[in-house]
Amino acid sequence: MKIVFKRTKTYKDVPTHYCPGCGHGIAHRLVAEAIDELGIRERTIGIAPVGCAVLAYDYLDVDMVEVAHGRAPAVATGMKRTNPDKIIFSYQGDGDLAAIGTAEIIHAAHRGEKITVIFINNAIFGMTGGQMAPTTIIGQITATTPQGREVAANGYPLQVCELLSILPGAIYIERCGLHKPGQIRKAKQAVRHAFELQVNDAPGLSLVELLSPCPTGWRVSPPDALKWIEDEMTKVFPLGCFKDYHPEE
Amino acid sequence: MCGNEAMAEAAIIAGCDAYFGYPITPQNEVTAYMARRMPEERRVFVQCESELAAINMVFGAAATGKRAMTSSSSPGISLMQEGISYLAGAQLPSVIVNVMRGGPGLGNIAPSQGDYFQATRGGGHGDYRTITLAPSTVQELADIMPLAFDLADAYRTPVVVLADGILGQMMEPVLFEKKPQRELPAKDWALTGADGREQNIVRSLWLKEGALEELNYELQRKYKQIEESEVLCEQYEVDDAEIIVVAYGVAARIVRSAVDKARQEGMKVGWIRPITLWPFPYEKLNAAAEQFRVFLTVEMSLGQMVEDVKLAVAGKCPVVFYGRAGGGVPTVEQVLEQLTQLSTHRDKN
Repeated sequence: MKIVFKRTKTYKDVPTHYCPGCGHGIAHRLVAEAIDELGIRERTIGIAPVGCAVLAYDYLDVDMVEVAHGRAPAVATGMKRTNPDKIIFSYQGDGDLAAIGTAEIIHAAHRGEKITVIFINNAIFGMTGGQMAPTTIIGQITATTPQGREVAANGYPLQVCELLSILPGAIYIERCGLHKPGQIRKAKQAVRHAFELQVNDAPGLSLVELLSPCPTGWRVSPPDALKWIEDEMTKVFPLGCFKDYHPEE
Repeated sequence: MCGNEAMAEAAIIAGCDAYFGYPITPQNEVTAYMARRMPEERRVFVQCESELAAINMVFGAAATGKRAMTSSSSPGISLMQEGISYLAGAQLPSVIVNVMRGGPGLGNIAPSQGDYFQATRGGGHGDYRTITLAPSTVQELADIMPLAFDLADAYRTPVVVLADGILGQMMEPVLFEKKPQRELPAKDWALTGADGREQNIVRSLWLKEGALEELNYELQRKYKQIEESEVLCEQYEVDDAEIIVVAYGVAARIVRSAVDKARQEGMKVGWIRPITLWPFPYEKLNAAAEQFRVFLTVEMSLGQMVEDVKLAVAGKCPVVFYGRAGGGVPTVEQVLEQLTQLSTHRDKN
């Protein structure tokens, strides 16, 4: 008999607290696999956000810190500047990164901090009970947009990859989805690449946005959540690589 | 050397690995000095996008076990309160310098002592304290920085150095003689990569029933130990004094001159100067609170430390207050006038 699949070392074998159909479990595993494949577990420090993934350190077996809402890129800056040999990543949701932490992510990218950012976009504030996020799409019903998000009152969905990719200090920006096996494979390559650039001391910030299902917040079944990403979210948040780093250029 | 530069150089001597700052008057000399000197020492300097970012960069560097600091002035320190609460909750050593200016709001850029409550009562949310050191000369500002870093590491806590616009800007001769001296515990909690050990986690979220209450008791045990071991204050001509003036920082220097003049005029006056505002020298003041005495508190605010003086004196004798606010600085003559009035009033009764 031969082993064809096993749990990656950095992903702890513990019961999950995430809801059925949530994308965080997949995203955590992609991060853990990237860390293990690159052999960097012993020099990696992770930053957990405020949001459902605040307990990410319960699943990821690396040194981790939990920080104030939205401030992860500033914390990462403090860590990386004083520890250039360490691999620093932040794992942030859309409330954390695209609402309260907008200044921190833009300026970390703008300074070209050599860090890796995993950005979970589920178009909603999950942990606090499904309120509108900057990434909520037009017409989407949430706890704070009971009639659906309207442009006049709430503006447009914030497109983080598009926004960051114009900054010279952001060297790798890609958006992937966690809604289909093929897309998850692409996401895995993207997450790994984002870490690899840091391992190679590439001169700037890498960010991978993952469109991630939140069936509880969206009030739909897990299969319908995956369908909603495909049918609705990817229209507003097109998948693809916005920017990559090629040292020869 | 001006106070701001002396403080910056002293921090470098104290082994500060990283400085994170955002421009604000009247402390800009610190940031400019660090921008030049930290790279010379192959250490970290970052000009941040905001004070929120600055305090969180301090948080990040401190979480990896580095000695990190920031400096700002009153409105900027207000912005940092969230981060300071997290530093206290996560028990991360760090040094925060507040070169106070007039408030509230944007206030002005003149010197003030209006942030006493904010510094000594915690400032941010939750049940915590920050050690608060209040130097009164440029030399003392330089001497206090190594102590600030040592206290931060010894107790795994944020330490606030409370200066003001006068102290930051004034030029005085300074000798950099004080070095970090304490034997400090190993930072085995720091995030250095889980190499040959279990994962380390730095956190301030405790959801399990009772866990946060236990953390709070742990913090309070630490604060009690600080209160028992780390109180610093200076006193002068207290033994026969009928009036004891209590003041800190630059206000204490004005008081010193006023007391000397009052003594020349035959008044029996002394002073006590708290150097640690938290832990406050309650016992020292209480011991001095004899029935025949009056306490006068002088501040560059409209009455903040005076509440601690009253707590210390505990009703054993009267406590009166004189202060100016919004950038107003009490003059020697004004304090002397207060002393003369108090003295005359006493003689009448």
